[in-house]
Amino acid sequence: MNHLPQAWGRPRDDVYGTYDRSYLQTSTPNSHTQSPAVTGTSVLAIKFNGGVAMAADKLASYGSLARFTDVKRIRVFDKTTVVGFGGDISDMQYIDRLLDSIDVEENYSSNGNTLNAKNVHTYLAKVLYKRRSKFDPLWNQILVAGFDDDSKPFLSSADLLGTTFSAPHLATGFGAHLAIPILRRLFPEEMPVENIGKEEAVAALRECMKVLFYRDARSLDQYSLAVVTSDGVELKEDEKLEAQSWNFAENIRGYGTQVN
Amino acid sequence: MKAVENGGTAIGIRCKDGVVLAVEKITTSKLLKPGANKRTATVDRNIGIVSAGLVPDGRHFISRARDEASSWRNIYKGPIPTSALANRLGGYVQAYTLYSSVRPFGVTAIIGGWDPESELLVDGQVGTGPKSGSGGKVEGVKAGGPALYMIEPSGLYWGYHGAATGKGRQAAKAELEKLDLSAGNLSLYDGVKEAARIIFIAHEDSKDKDFELEMTWVSSLDGPTKGRHEEVPTGLLEDAKKAAMRSREREVEDDEDRPKSHDGERMEE
Amino acid sequence: MAINFRDGVILGADSRTTTGSYIANRVTDKLTQVHDTIWCCRSGSAADTQAVADIVSYYLGMYGIVNEEPPTTPTAAALFQELCYENKEMLKAGIIIAGYDKRHGGQVYSIPLGGSLHKQSYAIGGSGSTYIYGYCDMHWKESMTEEEGVAFVKSALQEAIKWDGSSGGVIRLVVLTAKGATRHVYLPDDGYKGPGAK
Repeated sequence: MNHLPQAWGRPRDDVYGTYDRSYLQTSTPNSHTQSPAVTGTSVLAIKFNGGVAMAADKLASYGSLARFTDVKRIRVFDKTTVVGFGGDISDMQYIDRLLDSIDVEENYSSNGNTLNAKNVHTYLAKVLYKRRSKFDPLWNQILVAGFDDDSKPFLSSADLLGTTFSAPHLATGFGAHLAIPILRRLFPEEMPVENIGKEEAVAALRECMKVLFYRDARSLDQYSLAVVTSDGVELKEDEKLEAQSWNFAENIRGYGTQVN
Repeated sequence: MKAVENGGTAIGIRCKDGVVLAVEKITTSKLLKPGANKRTATVDRNIGIVSAGLVPDGRHFISRARDEASSWRNIYKGPIPTSALANRLGGYVQAYTLYSSVRPFGVTAIIGGWDPESELLVDGQVGTGPKSGSGGKVEGVKAGGPALYMIEPSGLYWGYHGAATGKGRQAAKAELEKLDLSAGNLSLYDGVKEAARIIFIAHEDSKDKDFELEMTWVSSLDGPTKGRHEEVPTGLLEDAKKAAMRSREREVEDDEDRPKSHDGERMEE
Repeated sequence: MAINFRDGVILGADSRTTTGSYIANRVTDKLTQVHDTIWCCRSGSAADTQAVADIVSYYLGMYGIVNEEPPTTPTAAALFQELCYENKEMLKAGIIIAGYDKRHGGQVYSIPLGGSLHKQSYAIGGSGSTYIYGYCDMHWKESMTEEEGVAFVKSALQEAIKWDGSSGGVIRLVVLTAKGATRHVYLPDDGYKGPGAK
């Protein structure tokens, strides 16, 4: 008789034949990896002298369906940090609650919440990386804006893989293709951030939002705009694109020969 | 149980627009850092707890309260109502009277909070509903507001207009009763002044010991703390202390030869 | 679908349940009560959404007893979302929550497939909804009267039934106000004219 623990509680091989180990096993591997359902598109942000500005439109798409048009994708953490979310909205809500619970716990210490944007970014990057390592990623691209340990403007990104990236101007999703080139032309890399004014930065973001509305099929003409300075966060959630350019359509004569 | 009732006096006052918590923190050594070793704590954002009795038991009690608040938030995506927190903590404290392996809590805790009077939002909410607001709201429906509870080592708890525990509770209770709190007229700022005064009166019995006055408050959403539980700002605290000491001196002059109040037997149920 | 109107909320649904193209039930009641004046519209897998609604209804029942006050619509929405989000890989559920309570009045929340939660002035969901996005956007107004609200929901559902093969049968409505819940039924063979409220 086989006394090894592997055989305990099993029918005896010598009497009943080899035990069928495939019985009651799942035949397919466990699958976690989701695909996003309700999604937000680009988030844009730019550093300027004394702060950071961020913009994201208010659309949540369901595939190509423009399903929700009132989704605020820029969330505020404590007093001087904002987080902009692209990607899955349900995961955004999960992360938002995570940050809220951290804010509550942080305030339990007698010196209050001392986490700055840099700390929040490090934390979120680790959360995202941990989840991708469980093959169960949080399907977001995130921009974090605020201040670092030296109270200098801070801007950095993190994505569903846990990849992080930092630059004076950043954009997620379609914005990475369309807005970044515009921002780079306006504010070349050799140009110090101190030379960029707040109004200038905001105007650049508004211009980029316009281009994104022209060219991103998952975008909307209403958006949130956050400006972080040492005074705190100024968050406007009812912005609308202005001065769009469509009049030239009248003079377009495209395909085929036409009389007028 | 005797030890519990001999800690520094702690009181809570439920005012019309907020709640004040105050504690007489006896400092047992001149070497202790002033302002350290807090006896009041925040739970979630809108609730405060102050305890009298064994300090480590108080710390554990607060830790449990915070866990309860966070588990509530995880399920219901909003702040725990003060009444629900008091109920859960009452149950927790009571359970410690049931088993031979544990001793009952050595604290009496006062829980004060402001439950938001505004509409409840779901944490992480996106979307706003109709621009004109939700239809069919009943006008004048009262929701939220100030709350004050006191939990005893037995697990017994009641809601109070004014609560006092610790060594000077009898004197404090006598003073609280004079305030006619059930009429609901006392403002939060007056409550702060009264709380300081009462702690100074309660301290009379242990005059030989040094103490720090620790005071926290939580106001309505449009009040000074915007619905959050916070320490009373230093300026206001100092003013309240000075006023308390002045009125104390006056009273001492007035009734130099009146007999001193002494502890009565504690009511039990 | 569910809408906000002047005095509360109205929920509405067709009555068709299909397995593939076979109509398994032509008189389904997809409007499900989870508390006195908190209801939901279920779409997606019938089994999944029934299970979720049963769990929420249990939780809300307990909440009412333990806390000695009835749960509010946001509480119900939070519970629905937790279940739909944490089990998103296993569920096929699109749920609309609509409720009335004295503190908040009528409220409508929508939880689509991924488990996100959206507060809305009106919500549409399920297979037929894609056909009526335009109609609803054009015709929904702020603070409609009950009559206008009922007419709006009914006509929108008629369009969905007309164009969507997976929608059909009778139209069921529930009107939730300070007075409580009232049910309506409208039958297809008389052009959805009646019989209306009980």
